[in-house]
Amino acid sequence: MRILAAIVRHPSGRIGATIIALYLLTALLGAVGFTPHNALKQVPIDRLKAPNAAYWFGTDLLGRDTFSRLMLGIGESFLVAFSSVAIAAFVGTLIGLLAAWWGAIWDGILMRIMDVFLAFPAILLALLVVAIEGPGTVTSVTAIAIVYTPIFARVVRAPALSLKARDFVAAARTFGSSQRFILTRHLLLNLIAPLTVQITLALAWALLTEAGLSFLGLGTQPPSPSLGVMLADSKSMMTRAPWLLIFPGLTIMLGILGFNLFGDALRDILDPRTQRRAA
Amino acid sequence: MNYLTQRLLTFPLILLGVSVLVFFAIRLVPGDAITAMLGTEAGLLTPAQRASLASYFGIDQPIVTQYGHWVLGLLQGDFGISTTYGKPVLPVILARFPLTLELALFSMVIALAVGVPAGVFAATHNERPSDLVVRLVAMLGQSTPSFVIGLVFIYVLSVYFHILPAMGSFTSLFSDPLGNLGQMILPAITLGFAFAASVTRVSRSAMLDVLGDDYVRTARSKGAPARSVVWHHALPNALIPVVTLSGVEFGYLLGGAVIVEQIFALPGLGRLTLDAISQRDYALVEGAVLFIAFNFMVVNLLVDLAYAALDPRIRLGGR
Repeated sequence: MRILAAIVRHPSGRIGATIIALYLLTALLGAVGFTPHNALKQVPIDRLKAPNAAYWFGTDLLGRDTFSRLMLGIGESFLVAFSSVAIAAFVGTLIGLLAAWWGAIWDGILMRIMDVFLAFPAILLALLVVAIEGPGTVTSVTAIAIVYTPIFARVVRAPALSLKARDFVAAARTFGSSQRFILTRHLLLNLIAPLTVQITLALAWALLTEAGLSFLGLGTQPPSPSLGVMLADSKSMMTRAPWLLIFPGLTIMLGILGFNLFGDALRDILDPRTQRRAA
Repeated sequence: MNYLTQRLLTFPLILLGVSVLVFFAIRLVPGDAITAMLGTEAGLLTPAQRASLASYFGIDQPIVTQYGHWVLGLLQGDFGISTTYGKPVLPVILARFPLTLELALFSMVIALAVGVPAGVFAATHNERPSDLVVRLVAMLGQSTPSFVIGLVFIYVLSVYFHILPAMGSFTSLFSDPLGNLGQMILPAITLGFAFAASVTRVSRSAMLDVLGDDYVRTARSKGAPARSVVWHHALPNALIPVVTLSGVEFGYLLGGAVIVEQIFALPGLGRLTLDAISQRDYALVEGAVLFIAFNFMVVNLLVDLAYAALDPRIRLGGR
């Protein structure tokens, strides 16, 4: 509750949270089919209509409503972003915790494997995954999850190592607490702050990458609406129908901005160093 | 063990891991290279012709043997033969590298030239309206995908100025410097935009940290002029995290900016890799990915060394 109140007080936290909430609502409405028009229906007579009362954000070359397609596109992007970051956070945290807890040779082996993955520029690693799996939504999820897993492992390992050396962990051991109890209650609970910040920033990055992959034609496949594909399609038509570029572009930008603002606010609030500076 | 020695010792180990990962990952790709190369004509091959092609490209042997040959070849500078170009892989990669290097350098220069002054300005105007504007623009810059910026540039130029960026035939920096710069400026600004945004944010917060340090207060109390305190006393120390950030970002850009190269039709390393993947050109993908990962690792190592050299507080053995 104290953190929630702090987020509301923090200006960028407030804006970020509002944007995210609006996007979630839009995605939800789109998912239950509550869109102004059918996002997939082609109305040839209404092709390339400029924004008007019936089509708020205009229509594309096939006469499909841009607004409705954006609603579904947001849902698609969020689905990919949330599932990939959830997988990466789970696997990465597990690896980081175990590396820190087991220590010695296991720490070395696990973290060197993570280093191998970190030796690839992110988009290249994603391309490699696409090469193996073929383009598609599941591929985007796998690719983004693989890129982010080592980052989570690193974020967790360093503080877990220092927590492991603390007296309260030694005390818990002498009390006979089980390893699992110590790992989840004493280590994991104390790592929630850095993890939350990392998750929010990872979500911003995942949205960016999902859009990039589908822009290249490697993510979500047509006719499913996707922000990246809509932008890629707008390139050949932007002089005739600039709204096909402007609205999807703004939609992606605002969504990512929301997570970045929220993540920044969280870091300000949860990071003890910035707290001290503010005090 | 000294941090530097440790870094240098694990370097080949990680490179070996990268090569294993790349090699076996590519073998998981469905479809075989010969069909991908010849398309429907592959169906016209007799089994004997197919076998002779497979043996020419070395893909008829057991996979571990193939890996062994590949690594032995790599050590001698032989990256294999590209099935799409019918040429050795290394020259194909090296031919694309100058463009990627130029683009990366160009956008880094833009990012530093814009980002550092903007960050210093924001820090010295902390919490005033001008600071908030700089922060907002930087935040927007970080949140906008490069392809949105690139497309908007193309749109604005073609609709309001009636010029289309020169695309298609690419001119190299040495044969036609002006033509080359004309082609590179837009992609470089596109990439530099988000890069400048990160530089601004990092230099602002680093500058704020340093401005609160004791030695800066000492300089001020000794009566050093405000401008000199900011630029001569504070900035060098504030630049340390900026160096780290720029180095890492530069390393990423050396891997080719796939999306920006795609939008502006530039024949760089990123598009080479992308095309090689869709062509199932095993040798070329492996070579390109390994080349990029190697560069990335070297740049990161150099950044770490620079970091240690710049900040005397970081003891190399202290990690």
